[in-house]
Amino acid sequence: MTKPKVAFFDFACCEGCQLQIANLEEAVIDLLGVVDLVSFREVMKEHSDDYDIAFIEGCIQRPMDAEALKKIRENASIIVAYGACAVDGSVHTLRNEFTKEDVLNEVYGDADVEGNPYWDIYDKAKPIDEVVKVDVYIPGCPIDRDEFARIVSDVLQGKAPKLPNYAICVECKKNENICLFELGEFCLGPITRAGCNSACPNVKSGCEGCRGFLDDPRTSAHKEVLEKYGVSVDEMMAAFSIFQYGKEGS
Amino acid sequence: MMSEVNVNVHHVTRVEGHGNIVLNARDGAVEKVQWQVPEAPRFFEAFVRGKPYHQLSHITTRICGICSIGHGLASLKATEAAMGVEISEQTLLLRKLALHAENLQSHILHVGYLVAPDLLGVGSVVPLVGSHPDAVLKIVGLHRMANEMSDLLCGRTTHPITMRVGGFSSIPTEKQLLAQKQKLIDAVEPTKEIGALVLSLAGKLPDFQRETEYVGLVADDEYALYDGDIGSTDTGRHPVPDYKEITNEYIVPQSTGKYCKHARESLMVGALARFNLNEDKLHPLAAEVAGMFNLHKINTNPFMNSVAQVVEFVDSIEDSLDIIDELLDRGLQEERIDVQVRAGQGVGAVEVPRGILFHDYTINDAGICTQANCIIPTNINHANIQLDMEALAPTLLDLPEKEIELTLEMLVRAYDPCISCSVHHLNVEWKR
Repeated sequence: MTKPKVAFFDFACCEGCQLQIANLEEAVIDLLGVVDLVSFREVMKEHSDDYDIAFIEGCIQRPMDAEALKKIRENASIIVAYGACAVDGSVHTLRNEFTKEDVLNEVYGDADVEGNPYWDIYDKAKPIDEVVKVDVYIPGCPIDRDEFARIVSDVLQGKAPKLPNYAICVECKKNENICLFELGEFCLGPITRAGCNSACPNVKSGCEGCRGFLDDPRTSAHKEVLEKYGVSVDEMMAAFSIFQYGKEGS
Repeated sequence: MMSEVNVNVHHVTRVEGHGNIVLNARDGAVEKVQWQVPEAPRFFEAFVRGKPYHQLSHITTRICGICSIGHGLASLKATEAAMGVEISEQTLLLRKLALHAENLQSHILHVGYLVAPDLLGVGSVVPLVGSHPDAVLKIVGLHRMANEMSDLLCGRTTHPITMRVGGFSSIPTEKQLLAQKQKLIDAVEPTKEIGALVLSLAGKLPDFQRETEYVGLVADDEYALYDGDIGSTDTGRHPVPDYKEITNEYIVPQSTGKYCKHARESLMVGALARFNLNEDKLHPLAAEVAGMFNLHKINTNPFMNSVAQVVEFVDSIEDSLDIIDELLDRGLQEERIDVQVRAGQGVGAVEVPRGILFHDYTINDAGICTQANCIIPTNINHANIQLDMEALAPTLLDLPEKEIELTLEMLVRAYDPCISCSVHHLNVEWKR
């Protein structure tokens, strides 16, 4: 069997999700054994446009980036959006409450960037599925590396990967954490998709919802916590907007 | 006979973010050499406006995946300076330890995964798995150790969770710190072996010298990383709140990352700058390693930045061991965080792997950020990279294009640029 040809690309982001792949440490060497890595700018000089699976990190800010992404879509049979920026725009969508003129002026002042494509930005930062069709999503800021390895394994075997559709609370309880509401903190765990092993609540910090909400938070939220502490799904969705700006309720 | 050299590296590889190198030369004379940064702009300073003080560090850590701990710390220090928040001695020690964890992780990643392939004549670390399995596994092991240290202190390897305005949400146990101490002790031998490997290849680093101004934090009693004054090899010490006088950001059409200048047309920050300012504050083993490489201040070869990172890697191990001992002697205690909102403006400066980083926030009496400014080390270096290229390129024109390209790429890589950060970029475009 020929190994699938794999390429990695990134757009506007911190590149922290590709770092999580390096952070698989020794397991990366195993992964390299089962794929043919043809392009990954941050780690290798070689590059080819002949690939089967493209992993995309980051969101889309400019027409020049959208064009590059469309070319990748033409070349790849499978597009995997990995990391919150690619999946839903993550913190970059926080700029969407301001006009593009305002954010350009705030950061670059009165510099003459008119007509320069580097600064030709869309009105809003976009997740990649607003530009091209996405086949597989891996959420999180950053991605959870074990979940990444599991989903990649599914994709390589031709299986459709599944994300948990239960709340962070389920993992948090399994980890025997004290509920953060009990400690007087706020936490989006009851309405946020599990899969990170409740990373933030494990260190007494409220879930910030970086993995996105459950498919239908009104019916699938972790109700026990909501009832006990008297918070509604709508209140929770409105309460915190680092990662979920512009999403329903926020 | 007319000879043309055209180099066009459209996206320099093995660096963080997107950068291009363009070189056009004709009849032995350089017509154009340019370092370009086309990275998509990201606007953090614009969108933290209106956000409450306690969210600022969790937003701004997302400026950079590699130095998220450093951004978190600069953010917290700026917020604390603005609001007049004091931190405990224990919090200070734990923060310093977290910063070492990040420097260890970032330096071994850069030297082991990104620079070593150039020295061994391959395109990436991938073929080294087959040709140098022992060295690769040692590098991976050191990388793992550093990441586990970040996990322990910050709750996660990338994008720290535990660090808050005024303290930590959760701290390690004494048992966990003891285990971390042992891992650091166990890291010394493999570090020496990787150091010896780099030393055996150091002859491949170009012997290129260009005097410039070196800037970094300086302190009386330590190799400054978490705190200090701004030090310059040209102009001496300056207080951190005067950072704008040192950085003087400006915009050039070929870069979405801003440029900086101070006493000269450019300045350099990062491991080599810190070394040039603080060599005499190194721990004994780190000083010994610097001696092995014949690295002494003031070294003006930017390619030696990677060697300075090896030296700092050793120093971070030694200083981390000291800090852990001090924490264990003191005994760890859960501390209550008590923060009062107060209006003000404050600057936080921290040395992150790529150099000095500034965050500056204005916070109103409701605890809301109304203005922010972040100056990122890679931005401070962009102009220095450009001027190095202008000095280096004319000396390379007799070489084959591939070698010119590689040398210019190695120059950019030596700076370990973090271009996503700098837009809060690498590509070489050839025309010679």
